[in-house]
Amino acid sequence: MRWYWLDRFLEFTSGRRAVAIKNVTLGEESLDDYYPGFPVLPPSLIVEGLAQAGGLLVGELSQFRERVVLAKINRVVFFRPVFPGDRLTYSADMLDCNPQGAIVQGQAAVDGDPVADMELVFAHLDDRFPRELFGPDELREFVDKFRLYDVARDEEGNRIPFPAYLRRA
Amino acid sequence: MPPTSDEIFAKVRDVLVDALAVDDDQVAPEATIVGDLGAESIDFLDMTYKLEKLFGVEIQRSELFPDDILTNAVFVKDGVLTADGIAELRKRMPFADLSRFESEPQIHNLGNLLTVSNLCRLIENKLAAARP
Repeated sequence: MRWYWLDRFLEFTSGRRAVAIKNVTLGEESLDDYYPGFPVLPPSLIVEGLAQAGGLLVGELSQFRERVVLAKINRVVFFRPVFPGDRLTYSADMLDCNPQGAIVQGQAAVDGDPVADMELVFAHLDDRFPRELFGPDELREFVDKFRLYDVARDEEGNRIPFPAYLRRA
Repeated sequence: MPPTSDEIFAKVRDVLVDALAVDDDQVAPEATIVGDLGAESIDFLDMTYKLEKLFGVEIQRSELFPDDILTNAVFVKDGVLTADGIAELRKRMPFADLSRFESEPQIHNLGNLLTVSNLCRLIENKLAAARP
């Protein structure tokens, strides 16, 4: 099983905002056991999807050289269940970013109907945590599969090039 | 009209209740942010952001959490803050009362330096400095 909780980026403005989609299908095992007989996407995986979108928004600012982890969920509210066949739209907006980490406001919606609203705090890991989180191969896979650089732009609307150090040798 | 000390305290308390998931009545003026209210380093990011937005001031992380002092050999010897270290701390945290810490200047006591009233005083000083 792959730990990808979004399918594709639709919009990505460096340091500011990312919009991604996730299509929910009955084929996903995680829908089987949450409420047996009533398949819904577990709300924790909506948080994970927004944490992946937001985490990549934070990581891109350092071309993914900083190790970014979800450190804290300040607030999360869920408004309705998400069913197979729904297409979730995740919007992640950067509220603040500094050398210690970042705060991201996240919203999930289906067809414009709000599903969840949250505030996530990400940390940049420092030298107390020496382990590498993702190697260049894994990072390349994330950004390729999510098609991040297909839509990535800077604040002036210029395309952002794929980081040279992540290119396949 | 600048906010009164009580108004500043009430706002700081709301930020701490929100950022640290503590109850209103735990946020006493003498409560320490780390020891009594359980703040971890990542909470400082969150608290600082909320205080900056609310009061329109800028707060450096090192003002609240001078952890770079701890890793500097000039300021720390055998787990105890040196006289230079204490002088540096006084410079960085002029709003904090260091008298208790000075009697036992072990670095593990440093986390317990910042109290709710220190934080309020820091904000008050910044608001006063920003006024024309």
